[in-house]
Amino acid sequence: MQVKEKKLRSLSDKTSDIILVVFCTVIMLIVAYPLYYVLVASFSDPYDVYAGKTFLLPSQFTFKGYTSVFADQRIFSGYLNSIKYTIIGTIYSVVLIFCTAYPLSKKSLPGRKWISIFFIITMYFGGGLVPTYLVVKNTGLLNNMWALFLPGGVAVGNVIIVRNFFENSLPGELLEAAEIDGASHLRTFVSIVIPLSRSIMAVMVVFSMVAYWNDWFTALIYLKADQAPLPLVLRNILIRSSASASQASTISGGYAELNKVTEMIKFASIIVAAAPMLIIYPFVQKYFEQGFMTGAVKG
Amino acid sequence: MSKGTSAAASVAMPPVRRGKSLGRRILEHWQLYLLLLVPVVITVIYKYIPMYGVQIAFRDFKASRGFLGSEWVGWEWFERFFTAPTFSRMISNTVLLSFFSLLWSFPIPIILALAMNQMRFKRYRRVVQTVLYAPHFISIMVVCGMIRIFLSPSGGLLNLLLGTKIDFLTEASAFRTIYIVSGIWQEAGWGTIVYLATLSTVDPALYEAAKIDGASMFQRIAHIDFPALVPMAVLMLIMSAGSLMNVGFEKVWLLQTDLNKATSDVIAVYVYQQGIENAKYSYATAVGLFNTVINIALLFIVNTIAKKAADVSFV
Repeated sequence: MQVKEKKLRSLSDKTSDIILVVFCTVIMLIVAYPLYYVLVASFSDPYDVYAGKTFLLPSQFTFKGYTSVFADQRIFSGYLNSIKYTIIGTIYSVVLIFCTAYPLSKKSLPGRKWISIFFIITMYFGGGLVPTYLVVKNTGLLNNMWALFLPGGVAVGNVIIVRNFFENSLPGELLEAAEIDGASHLRTFVSIVIPLSRSIMAVMVVFSMVAYWNDWFTALIYLKADQAPLPLVLRNILIRSSASASQASTISGGYAELNKVTEMIKFASIIVAAAPMLIIYPFVQKYFEQGFMTGAVKG
Repeated sequence: MSKGTSAAASVAMPPVRRGKSLGRRILEHWQLYLLLLVPVVITVIYKYIPMYGVQIAFRDFKASRGFLGSEWVGWEWFERFFTAPTFSRMISNTVLLSFFSLLWSFPIPIILALAMNQMRFKRYRRVVQTVLYAPHFISIMVVCGMIRIFLSPSGGLLNLLLGTKIDFLTEASAFRTIYIVSGIWQEAGWGTIVYLATLSTVDPALYEAAKIDGASMFQRIAHIDFPALVPMAVLMLIMSAGSLMNVGFEKVWLLQTDLNKATSDVIAVYVYQQGIENAKYSYATAVGLFNTVINIALLFIVNTIAKKAADVSFV
């Protein structure tokens, strides 16, 4: 009797397991399919895409979309700009986050609470678009790359995550031992804290990279057209659907061919713009929950 | 070091004055203040000075005279905004778009997190998570490009599947759905993180006890997991209420067409057009300030309700 009951129960657990797996798989496919569809389309003839022949596999397999993307002067310079902004911006942001988070994690720091409030206020209140624009203009940052980084201030949400990591995940005894040995605060920060914080630093690097790689609005407001990062360049291609003069002059097949290339570039440029970040984030994925847990519990 | 000496000092000195003087302690931490110097300066210049500059909403801002020197005009810009022909349309579009967006996108991460948390195959769960997080890492520009491709009347994916030739982005009635569905696609997976993190703090002994008592998976979700998520869910709800009027400018702006303006005309886009494109600095600041004030009011209202209803508060 009891054995039978147990069997029944494990059976019902099995059915619920199956339901879960099916549910999660369906959700996963729904989320993944739009990206997969664009990927397939980027290797296909655009007329076949628009005729509905590429739901699962490419039709008339071709790399022409990608060769056209990299031959396009606008996209190429946008790509270089984006790489430059992402590298400089990420270094800047991560240094700033760590320099803010470490002092705020020190309970002995006089005024710690007030300094924290000083930063946290900026998460909820701001001057808004126009006053910020005017300050950026008055500090001479219009058409200057630094306009992408400085007006954002310090990424306070990330500072809180890192601060909580310092408070909860670093071995307190080790830091105390360093203090007793007479190591200065800076010395402890550089030679003990930073080496022990690689995991959270990796998360911060990825978050900052993603933010700068995907940003275009700041560049739209503050920078000139030739300084545009990749997403802003894509606005002309994806949103306004305009072919560039440089394209028109290099394509021999006339208007129809130009039209075709314009469509191919759309699919390929989506992949080219999205791929770098999609490749990077799984490497630090396991730290996401951890970071948010300490971040959320002690907010 | 500081601990040892302060303990020794408190023995020698009267118990009221513990440890070193404030000046001494500040001096001891000078290196930490040095680390904070640059972040503080940047925050003052680019966060606090703009807040101070909000007063141009009540002035007639002239670039040559600066934030303070420009002439005081009181409520003039606000009055102009309230009497603008598209005022009521913008307000209702903003409120409806964010309200429905919140209504639909709020529960989904909770459901997904509950499901993923019960998944026993950890490897597979990680794969599912990786895929669900992916859209969060894509630029809004790219997402909007995809939306335009999928919704294209000539050969867009949706029209192919439906067998129609509808130009969805010119239909005002479709705009909110497009905005909300694409928003769920992009952020619902990422939104599970905070809930999964909360669920990971649930005591495993509870599950064991529930299993021994013969609780099914759905009973475990209903009686253990869900109650554990409620405080976090309320907190998230309060935070979203505080940004109810902050419709994402970027997406609306990229998906707006002349024909869907009846539902896509929102305050954030108006602020950008007036402030940056038309350089009406004071007017746009006034509109933005109006928006912010409503946000703050909403934050406090929802916070008060939540405090009474669930004993969870944020501010």
